[in-house]
This record gives sequence, C-alpha cells and structure tokens, in this order.
Amino acid sequence: MQHALSGTATPTATPAASALWWPATRLLLGLTLLLGLGYPLAVTGLAQWLFPAQAQGSLLQQQGRTVGLALVGQAFSKPGEFWGRPSATASTPYNGAGSGGSNLGPANPALAKAVAERIAALKAAGPLPAGPVPADLVTASASGLDPHISLAAALYQVPRVAAARQLDAAKLAQRVRQQAEQAWFGSDATARVNVLQLNLALARS
Amino acid sequence: MMLQFYSLLALFMLLLTLSARPMGAWLAPLAAGQLPARWQTFDSALLRVAGIRDTGMGWRQYALAVLVFNLLGALLLYALQRLQGVLPFNPQGMGAVEAGSAFNTAISFVTNTNWQGYAGESTMSYFTQMAGLAVQNFLSAATGIAVAFALMRGFTRRESADLGNFWADVLRVSVYLLLPLSLLLALVFVQQGVPQTLAAYSDYTALAGHAQTLALGPVASQEAIKLLGTNGGGFFNANSAHPFENPTELTNLLQMLAIFLIPAGLTHAFGRLAGDRRQGWALYAAMSVIFIACAIGVMAAESQGNPLLAALGVDGSSGNWEGKEVRFGMAASSLFITVTTAASCGAVNAMHDSLTALGGMLPMWLMQLGEVVFGGVGSGLYGMLVFAVLAVFVAGLMVGRTPEYLGKKIEAFDMKMVALVILTTPALVLAGSAASVLLAPGLAGLANPGAHGFSEVLYAFSSAANNNGSAFAGLSANTAYYNALLGIAMWLGRFAVIVPVLALAGSLAAKKTLATTNGSMPTHGGLFIGLLVGSVLLVGALTYLPALALGPVAEHLMIWAR
Repeated sequence: MQHALSGTATPTATPAASALWWPATRLLLGLTLLLGLGYPLAVTGLAQWLFPAQAQGSLLQQQGRTVGLALVGQAFSKPGEFWGRPSATASTPYNGAGSGGSNLGPANPALAKAVAERIAALKAAGPLPAGPVPADLVTASASGLDPHISLAAALYQVPRVAAARQLDAAKLAQRVRQQAEQAWFGSDATARVNVLQLNLALARS
Repeated sequence: MMLQFYSLLALFMLLLTLSARPMGAWLAPLAAGQLPARWQTFDSALLRVAGIRDTGMGWRQYALAVLVFNLLGALLLYALQRLQGVLPFNPQGMGAVEAGSAFNTAISFVTNTNWQGYAGESTMSYFTQMAGLAVQNFLSAATGIAVAFALMRGFTRRESADLGNFWADVLRVSVYLLLPLSLLLALVFVQQGVPQTLAAYSDYTALAGHAQTLALGPVASQEAIKLLGTNGGGFFNANSAHPFENPTELTNLLQMLAIFLIPAGLTHAFGRLAGDRRQGWALYAAMSVIFIACAIGVMAAESQGNPLLAALGVDGSSGNWEGKEVRFGMAASSLFITVTTAASCGAVNAMHDSLTALGGMLPMWLMQLGEVVFGGVGSGLYGMLVFAVLAVFVAGLMVGRTPEYLGKKIEAFDMKMVALVILTTPALVLAGSAASVLLAPGLAGLANPGAHGFSEVLYAFSSAANNNGSAFAGLSANTAYYNALLGIAMWLGRFAVIVPVLALAGSLAAKKTLATTNGSMPTHGGLFIGLLVGSVLLVGALTYLPALALGPVAEHLMIWAR
C-alpha cells in the first residue's frame, strides 16, 4: 500500500517507529485504567447507592425467600399455573446462565415439529378455548428468559388454570386482564402479562 | 399493529432529529480541533498527563498511528482473555478463553464489529468484560470517529498536510464524549432494571419449583457504551433480547436512539465544519430515506407471520414470534432490527436467524450496503462521504464536468481510493461466503437446511466484513475455520477501508478549495440526495442481488409457494 501510493501529495515524512509505539502504549494503558476500571467501578458505586434493588437484579421475595426475579421468566409447567413462552436456553429451559433462542429458520422442519409438539402438550394439559393458538405461546423467545406472554396467550390458558384450581373462569379472566400491561401505542392485541407475577398473585390468594 | 409501528417510528425519528443538532454542536469543535476557550486549561492538563503533543499528522502518519494503536489493542485484549483465570474480578472462576476464540474476539472488538462466537455469561470473567471488551467498545468507537474527523478535515482544510493528531482525537473523543454519555445512560439503564454488580451469579429455587442460576455482572456500564459506540457485543449471549440487558420498552427506545445518536450528530457536525449546515442535513436525509423504507419492509415481513405454522393451527395474525420477546412485540423488534443493521451496531433484541425470509434479507442488505445508513460511529459518516464522492463523480460524467464536492476537485487518485473502499468489503463477503459453502469445515457449521443455511453463511460474512457483528446465530461459528476466516474478514473490512479513506483525506486536504459558481452542482438539495441514495442502492443491488436470490429470496418463494 505504501509503495503503490507514493508519488501523491505526501507532506509529512513517516516518523521513527518509537514516535508511534510509545504514545500508543501509553494511551492504551492509560485509557484501559480510566475506561476499563474507573468507569465501571464508578457506575457500580453509583448504582448500588442510587438503585440498590435494581443493581442486584430486582429480586422478588416471598416469605423471606427469593422466588424469582421480576424481569426473568421461569419454566412453569403445572396445569394450575400459567405457562410462559417455550425456552431454547442451553441444556435446560429458562437456564439463567445460558440465554439464547432456537435460531430455527422459518422453513426449518424442526420448527414446525417443535410447535406441533407444544400444541399437543397444551391440549393434553387441560381444556382449551376454540380458535387458533396464540403464536407466542408455542414459539421460543429470543432470550429463552422472556418474562411475559401476550394477553391473548394468558386468556387462552384460563379454562385450564380455572379447572385445575377450581376457580370461576370468568373471574379468573377478569383478574388476568387486570394484570395486563399495555404496550406503547398498543391495543389489547399487543398487551402483555408478566407470568411470574400472575402466578405469584394466584399463589397468594 | 402497523399503526403501533408507525407511531413508534415517528417518535423515534422525531427524537433522533431533535438530538442530531445538539450532538453535532458537541462534536464539531472536537472535529475542527478547536476547543472552546474555557476547556483549554483542562485539555492541556489532560494531554500532559497522557504524554501527548497535539501536533498535526499527515495521512500516512495518521494511518500508521491507527494501525499501531489497534494492533496493540488487539494484543492486549487477546492476552487478557488468555490470562483471565489468574486475574481479579472472576467470581465464577472462568478459565482461559480458547486460543482461536480469543483471536477472533480480540479482532472482533478492536474492529468495532463485536461478532461473538462465545456466550458471554459462560466464557468471560467480569475483568475481561470490563477492562478488555468494554475498553475496546470505547476505543474502537473513538478510532472510527477519529478517522471520520480526519476525512472531514480533508474536505474543509485548504492546501494543508495536517489531518490532526490521532492520539489527541482518541483521547478527547473518549473523555469528552463517550465517557460522560455512557455514565449517564448506564445509570438510566440501572434504574430500569439492568444489573450492575461485581457479586457472583444468583442461585435460588424458582416459584416454578426448579433451581435457577441467574448470571449477573457489571452489565449496565457495558451496555451503555455497547450502544453509543455502535459496538453491539452483548454481556450475555442473548444480547439486547436478554431481560437484564434490555428490560423495558423505554430501555429499548433509548438503546435504538443511542445507536444512531453519534452517527446522526456527525452528519450535523460535518455540515458545521463545511460552513453550510445543509450539507450535513443532506447526508442525514439520504440516510433516513433508506432507513425508513427498510424499517417498514422489515415490519411488513414480520407481521405477516409464518404460514407454515399457521397451517398447524397457530394464530398467524400476531406475526412471526419465534425468536422475539413479548415486551417488544413486532413493532419494537422490527425497528430495532433495522436500526442495529443500518448502523454497524449488531446488538440484537430478536434472533435474526428466526426472522421471516424477507425480514432477514433486509438487515443483511443494510449491512451489505457498506454500513452507511447512519452506519458505525465515524465509519458511517466516512463511508457515506465516500459514496457522496462517487455520486458527484457519476453526476460529473453525465454532464461532462470535472466533479467537485465542497469545492474540492475530485481527481483520478481520489476515485481510485473511493473504488478501493467500495470494492473491498464486497470482495471479502462474496469470496468468504463462496469458500465456506464449498469447503467441508464451512458447511459443517450450518444449523438450518436449504436456502436458509446459505443465508447463515452470507449473513456471517456480510456482518464480519462490514463490522456489524449481528448474526444468524444458528451458524456454529466458534470453530477454528470460522474464527480464523471471519477474523481476517473483520480486520480487512475495517483497516483495508480506513487506509484508503485516510489517503483520500490527505489528498483532499492538499487541494485548493474552489469557489462555488453557478456551474457547480449543489450538494445540499433534493437532486443530490436522490443521486446519493441511488448510488448507495445501485452499488449494493448490483453487487449482492445474485447472492440474495440464492438465499432469502429462494426461501421466501419456497415458504409461500406451498
């Protein structure tokens, strides 16, 4: 490159090597101290002081014991619980130390097979309403730790949960709606429910 | 759902446009090398502590400084990964990173790519994350901005050999720009729920009854610069889809804005340096046109859902949910997908491998355009300026006049550098993809059958050579073959572009600046914006359409023809 470009406007002579290596080393190490230790430790100190709960991961306690994190889903599978999204995390579902999605392409037969199996599992677990299955309930989330399901996916499970807990389905659906969060600029079609908090509320009552 | 998307897009573009001006005002004095008087005392003290003399460099010296600084950075990052087992801040007791992966990761972070062949929470110690990876998040961003500064100086200085001082540029950009912005953004992220702790991972018995270990760490501090520096390397494997990296709709919006903030500000700073702010807005408009069109395209593709699943009784009306998070939904996922690939960020809040065929093609194509639609911090601007030179050259050919841009006559040497910049990355992408589908170790990495498998490879090389870093992540890329080949693609895609860009800057700076006359083509109006968009799209389309036809287009036809 150097040779090929000679003959063009090149006003400054190439300097001695030491004039490059020494400032580069010094700058790299100095900025590593400032940005690699000073900055993250300062943020850690400020975060622990200003927002101690969030800085530790927003733990949810029940009777003095950690039962989960508000932001992270869990592998609910009993008929009397609302189920979260299918999870494709490494080794076990909802592995909080191995986040990730399935990475299955849309035309991959393995995707259709997995979805068909999940629909079968839903049907086997208890009564379901008529109509199509909400898509988020039978497809793996991106992180494998998604704490939410769509409102439609929660309502879809109401007959099963109500039967297992011997609750009135209409009242349970009402409670699910109360727990729903609206998306920005959204409607009921894009509303969502935090599955852990919904199940915690059910367990309390 | 489309209404929700258009509302979000409008809000995003409004906030971005409002912030471009103040960011440009912040960047312009740094780019011009003229700090306000009240900063002088602090600035000279800072340079003294760093042992730097702010003397002008010619383009060769500037280029050598870039190369030396980044080579040293890569060596240091490699060493940190290999030695992390004996270094502090390692509560999970992570051992040395395997050599091939450490090589790939060192290049990946130094080149602002942040391609990740490893899973963060099971590979990297907190020390490596903070003092290794996050430091390069800052420094690779500062390098890109410095090179953009040098090219801006090339356009705006007259008969000068001085492109500025690389050491001073990196230092000032890091300390005056990236550090304060990151500090602020990191604290907002913590408030929203992003952890920031040096404690070990959290173990508990979940309400659901199973044991759960939750990876924690100094996430927020890394997250902030990951986005502001268009780096994209996640603390966790799931990146910005992980609830700890991106917990709410607000953090998602802030992440998208953070990605575009500096690239948008740089266009405005360019206009200020050129003495005509419309020059900056013209670049901003050209970028926005391509961005908005692609964002709408991704949303349209994703909200169509997957007909193969609808055939099984799945509700197709809510969109393609595989690999997406409910708190983002179709709208905020589609917008993020477009932002992260228009810019060379590569953070993901959805798994791109599971996008619909066309929803996956658009992000791939945005990378293949050369990461000039806002692009990487610095690299987006210098890439777009190279296309601007191409555009005035094409216009000059059409009307038979010597092309000029900002009063600089564009001559043979300049066009050779432009051609080098524009041809380097396609050569890397197409040669790398072709080799990988012919060689056994390349094919061994494919996770999906058929056309989608080819898309995985094409996406990987598009991402690496254009320094994006996102992936069709089903591809098993943590192998000797892909670590080496993608590492080389990332290095050349970065520095084999930067050197000719600096050569162009040097050549332009040495020229006279001609007065604007009635015969000069204006480079701030609709005609030029159209010409610029046309040049970018035409080069991108001609280069990549055959390859795209074999991958996502074929896949789309197969899915919908059944």
